[in-house]
Amino acid sequence: MRLTQGQFSFLPELTDAEIKKQIQYALAQGWALSVEFTDDPHPRNTYWDMWGQPMFDIKDPAGVMLEVTACRKAHSAKYIKVLAFDSKKGFETVRMSFIVNRPAEEPGFELVRAEGPGRQVHYTMRSYAGAKPAGQRY
Amino acid sequence: MNKPVDIKITNMKERYKSGVLKYKQMGYWEPEYEPKDSDVLAVFRITPQDGVDPEEAAAAVAGESSTATWTVVWTDRLTDSEYYRGKAYKIEPVPGTPGQWFAYIAYDLDLFEEGSIANLTASIIGNVFGFKPLKALRLEDMRIPPHYLKTFQGPATGIVSERERLNNFGRPLLGATMKPKLGLSGRNYGRVVYEALSGGLDFAKDDENINSQPFMHWRDRFLYCMEGVNKAIAETGEIKGHYLNVTGATMEDMYERAEFAKELGSVIVMIDLVIGYTAIQSMAKWCRKNDMILHLHRAGHSTYTRQKNHGVSFRVIAKWMRMAGVDHIHAGTVVGKLEGDPNVIRGIYDTCRENHVSKNLQHGVFFDQPWASLKKLMPVASGGIHAGQMHQLLTYLGDDVVLQFGGGTIGHPQGIRAGATANRVALESMVKARNEGRDIWGEGPQILANTAKWCTPLRAALDTWKDVTFDYASTDSVDYVPTPTTS
Repeated sequence: MRLTQGQFSFLPELTDAEIKKQIQYALAQGWALSVEFTDDPHPRNTYWDMWGQPMFDIKDPAGVMLEVTACRKAHSAKYIKVLAFDSKKGFETVRMSFIVNRPAEEPGFELVRAEGPGRQVHYTMRSYAGAKPAGQRY
Repeated sequence: MNKPVDIKITNMKERYKSGVLKYKQMGYWEPEYEPKDSDVLAVFRITPQDGVDPEEAAAAVAGESSTATWTVVWTDRLTDSEYYRGKAYKIEPVPGTPGQWFAYIAYDLDLFEEGSIANLTASIIGNVFGFKPLKALRLEDMRIPPHYLKTFQGPATGIVSERERLNNFGRPLLGATMKPKLGLSGRNYGRVVYEALSGGLDFAKDDENINSQPFMHWRDRFLYCMEGVNKAIAETGEIKGHYLNVTGATMEDMYERAEFAKELGSVIVMIDLVIGYTAIQSMAKWCRKNDMILHLHRAGHSTYTRQKNHGVSFRVIAKWMRMAGVDHIHAGTVVGKLEGDPNVIRGIYDTCRENHVSKNLQHGVFFDQPWASLKKLMPVASGGIHAGQMHQLLTYLGDDVVLQFGGGTIGHPQGIRAGATANRVALESMVKARNEGRDIWGEGPQILANTAKWCTPLRAALDTWKDVTFDYASTDSVDYVPTPTTS
């Protein structure tokens, strides 16, 4: 399967030049970039590991790209995403999120059905890779 | 010579003599009145009957939407009647439209019950719309003061929390309404939901008239839809949902359906505007309490929003719905099959999404409207839109919107899944191009054509719908233009 979280997952993988342009756009809006990675891409895993803090003070796309590259080097077999955070009143939330690295193999999720009364089914998503301990998943 | 003077009578004995007075004489026309920050303000488009002067007509609207009746009543004198009277304080001719005026009316906060759209509307659009001295009457806009706004819950979830729950940022959300609207069995219906979500949409949607009919009862629909939703989540790793329409004959029915949706793990439920303001507010409270997004389908609104001379402008309905507490509202597409002038739509979208909307007559916005941190309401663009319009949709509507392609997904020549993929790919490529600084308005068709070189479903979508436009003049347009062409 292909994990399609993030705003550009239906497109071919972004090149570094393309990633840089997106970062440039975010900086032009006054948003702070950050990088996060995980080996647990469950749809309800809100908190991926932070690659340092959001870069509130870096205004140069090249500086952000350095962090993207460093994170990729350290976690090449994991999912990595770039986030843009907007601290303006009324938002104070993530404004952009796109994947910039993914494992070579994406085994995806098992849909576990627990049958209940009245034809009800309770559904659980279980990551095939997640069955292994953290650090050994991809 | 001894003609009764047409102004407010200040001699109390004269004022309260039994009989009939003009509304102006009764005191409903107060051109020197300075509205208070805490007043509720309304602007009506009035079309007086021949021979009725516009000030008197404005005063009559103020009277009939507040304290007045057709004749003098002495019991007014048991109240501080000056205080409770609606006050018409300004009239302006409608540009380029002889016989019509905009009448501005101020109402004191004490005329309204806290947190009740039903009470607000019972005054503002109650008796007054059938009033004989007017040929027609339209509520164009309102200013709700923060004092009153803060007595309303506002959207159960709001745009920010909705996106955080869905883990979906940086692009419009994508949806599709299941078609055909009527007749599918639960099993077949769930198939359409599954294919559309699995192909790349964020939301699938019940249509407004899918409730619990002989061909598909509601429990059956809910169960099959949630199978489709969960299968699609597992296949993509994205949070997805289906707007389960809980509209029913009674509140008890709706609560029962909403509870079942919650038990099944749905992130969203849906209601129709025709259930009424009180039922909408009840469902909004239920949704806040149960962490559920509330989608509102504006079924029925065109009966009173579309004609310019009579009814209620949709921007007012949108305002009331933000106060009432829904999270999604169908608010126009500009380019699709349903009514929508670009400037009018802009005014409505601002009303849904901004924390402060400034007066802008060219957008049909007559007052500054601070929203006092009420959550933001996600507009939904639905009705006759397709992937080939993606650059126009993104330019007109921005990021915080649900783009809903029903026919434009399900009618795809290669199937529902391909239709969904075409829309998602078109959207992502357009957002990417915009962020890269490209002129998507001018280059949009080229950007789509380039993307379609590697995306066959998009190629098929563009070929199928390339010439489909709905290029008709809007009936609901704005009256103020940047450079008036008439003298």
